[in-house]
Amino acid sequence: MQTVTQIPHDVSYLDYKGKYKGIFSWIFSTDHKRISLLYLYSMLTMFTVGVLLGLAMKLELIAPGKTIMDPQTYNAVFTVHGVIMIFMIVIPGLPAVFGNFMLPIMIGAKDVAFPKVNLLSWYFYVLGAILVISSVLFGNGTPDTGWTFYAPYSFKTGTNLLPAIFGAFILGFSSILTGLNFIVTIHRMRAPGMTWMKMPLFPWSLYGTAWIQLLATPVIGITLVLVALERIFGIGVFDPTLGGDPVLYQHLFWIYSHPAVYVMILPAMGAISEIIPTFSQKHIFGYRAIIASTLAIAFVGYFVWGHHMFTSGMSGTAQYTFSILTFLVAIPSAIKVFNWISTMHKASINPEIPFLWAVTFIFVFMIGGLSGLVLGALATDVYVHDTAFVVAHFHFIVFGGVGFSFFGAIHYWFPKMFGRMYDKVWAKVGWAFFTIGFLTLYSPMFYLGMLGMPRRYYDYLPEFHAANILSSLGSWVMTFGLLIVVINLFRSVKIGAIAEINPWNGKTLEWTVPSPPPVENFEEIPVYGEKDGPYEY
Amino acid sequence: MYILLSTTNASNFVTGVDKAFILILGISFAFLIGLTFTMLYFIYKYNNKKNPQATQIKGSTKLEIIWTVIPTILVLVMFYYGWAGWAPMRKAPDDSFNIQVTGRMWNFTFQYENGKKTDTLFVPMNKAVKLNLVSLDVIHSLYIPSFRVKEDVVPGRDKFVWFIPQREGIYELFCTEYCGMNHSYMYNWVKVMPETDFNKWYVDTTKRVDVAAVDSPTENGKRIMKNIGCFACHSVDGSKLVGPSFKGLYGHQATVISDGNEREFTVDDEYIKRSIFDPNADVVKGFSKGLMLSYTGQLSEDDVKQITEYLKTLK
Repeated sequence: MQTVTQIPHDVSYLDYKGKYKGIFSWIFSTDHKRISLLYLYSMLTMFTVGVLLGLAMKLELIAPGKTIMDPQTYNAVFTVHGVIMIFMIVIPGLPAVFGNFMLPIMIGAKDVAFPKVNLLSWYFYVLGAILVISSVLFGNGTPDTGWTFYAPYSFKTGTNLLPAIFGAFILGFSSILTGLNFIVTIHRMRAPGMTWMKMPLFPWSLYGTAWIQLLATPVIGITLVLVALERIFGIGVFDPTLGGDPVLYQHLFWIYSHPAVYVMILPAMGAISEIIPTFSQKHIFGYRAIIASTLAIAFVGYFVWGHHMFTSGMSGTAQYTFSILTFLVAIPSAIKVFNWISTMHKASINPEIPFLWAVTFIFVFMIGGLSGLVLGALATDVYVHDTAFVVAHFHFIVFGGVGFSFFGAIHYWFPKMFGRMYDKVWAKVGWAFFTIGFLTLYSPMFYLGMLGMPRRYYDYLPEFHAANILSSLGSWVMTFGLLIVVINLFRSVKIGAIAEINPWNGKTLEWTVPSPPPVENFEEIPVYGEKDGPYEY
Repeated sequence: MYILLSTTNASNFVTGVDKAFILILGISFAFLIGLTFTMLYFIYKYNNKKNPQATQIKGSTKLEIIWTVIPTILVLVMFYYGWAGWAPMRKAPDDSFNIQVTGRMWNFTFQYENGKKTDTLFVPMNKAVKLNLVSLDVIHSLYIPSFRVKEDVVPGRDKFVWFIPQREGIYELFCTEYCGMNHSYMYNWVKVMPETDFNKWYVDTTKRVDVAAVDSPTENGKRIMKNIGCFACHSVDGSKLVGPSFKGLYGHQATVISDGNEREFTVDDEYIKRSIFDPNADVVKGFSKGLMLSYTGQLSEDDVKQITEYLKTLK
């Protein structure tokens, strides 16, 4: 017989002394809350690298000709920037940090369904990240293919591509395991009485996301294996000189990578769907409509990948079919925006920091989404495809959407996660600089794209100069804001005021447990009664 | 809107594309401004200082239906205009004037049916022009923003773009699919000429390029090399790019790898010729094999002689 040791309920997960000491009490912990912080800190490390690379690119582009680096370096910089930001930041993003921390608590569980697998997926994350970084440090040259690894350039380049591809492959496993874990957790571990239609919207968004992670990620895994085999053995699947088809590569790549955009944005929308009602002190408007739109996005999102390939060479029928499906996938996103804004109607709004981030999220997400309509329509996509317009669009969605939501979420849940409150004045200053910098950085790229400036450009003609200067200036303002936000949060972990259990008067279950939560979250598993619900104010 | 208006009617596709663009932008701005101001108004009006008690409203099926149906109709309208502006791009008229475009890392060359080859795309005004796209290495993308056309140049696939130039002038032509180190230097110019001028230019097959030939073979050699893009990979000032520099090349002792064996010899006319027509036979030590493709068929023996004369001047 194994003896079950009772973990005292008054010891927080941060203070609990388990079997291991020091760093080992973290990297060997299967507590979903500690794993969440492991992800948070490893992602912050990679994000710092990604931001520095982004700054270097913007500095290079501040003037035509060579500014600080040669073209080969620039190409390597945007490749590594893309690989880090996509595969290590925005894809794991909110699920790995806030999903891991909040999902079990929000549905009234003590942990995820498979805590050891959960830790394993963090190990995969670290291994993948190390492999990608090793491609920079060793071998003959940093990868220079862009994060898309398009064939046949990915076979022609002499750079050290294989570790980066293998790293992305391993990161895929991290994503699959997290998805699997969340699906089982949500199906099996909801508190008694918490029916599907009483589950909060953040877990709902994680549920939709998890299915995409589980079903779409294997496609990129297989594709990357084929690229590796082709580079090593020349098997001839994608390389036209060996009888392969480079456009097939693009299909396989985007069959994963378009749904991956929804892996990024759905949890971001989920966090916004929590923040808005809490700070409106009002029931979310259209709870069922938001769930339906989450599931619709997760489903239709599989069938729109062709809009990345309108100039690649597809049949006309394929092109207009992908175009119309792309327009249809825009509807559920619009529905969410309408419901969020309606939630503010006749509310009692408490404009705290998380709410400010959420409102700016809605603003930049609208710009990102509406500019996506230009890219969904055939005639206009052909015009601006592969120009700076696309770069602006996806930074508004991917960085604007995920970034603003992530910062909203961390300011929302910070008191719960660390048991401390941050300095609200500095938080507001950081938010203001970040927002102004963000808009100054990316808006000019819409203009540049409409002028016809291609993307992935090391150098440009003089007519593109003015807007590029503005954009580069924006990158500094945004980074300054980012620094304020991050430093403020870091300081507050140590010296912030002690946080209450429920500082925002939220109604979801995480606000019923102590801040920071004890190791097993709940002393007694909560029970949802007939009248209980996540948004009953 | 300045951007779109500045190139009005440069080609037959401009109207259709711009109509879709303006429609989508118009609807988008209306939504963006309308929703943003609604949101700001709510935040102002229902602030907890003014409105301490929220009214609990859980939703409205009627509203959900309205804001599902109206956007659906709007996006279908956008889809239609997007389709309408694009559909004519798919089929070129049978009597189009054909030009073959060859893309390689990192330049485009244009070859006409009478054998004329240029690095600037010359096209007649008010006549359908069909560009047949060929890539010798990786994927490129031919993009003429003013004409609103773009098509990837995919190795192993027959693809084309067509258009009717409608305004005399000089326009930019970019490669817009990332293709390696000098991607951003892979651009050319399009010159639209009235048909009579074009015909006069076209029948004159004595010159490879549009500039009048000069007597000096070194000048000719330099110009040929510029046109076919040699300087994208080889510098003339001694700096190391993808390939070895041309500075001091002629007559110096080179160490090359041939079939895996290292050997040394003096660079002469024969070696330069071999490097142009069979570039991977002897690869200079320290550089990668396979990046440069043969120029067989693109350069004549005479061209190579003139190139050699020019290289001799680079001490």
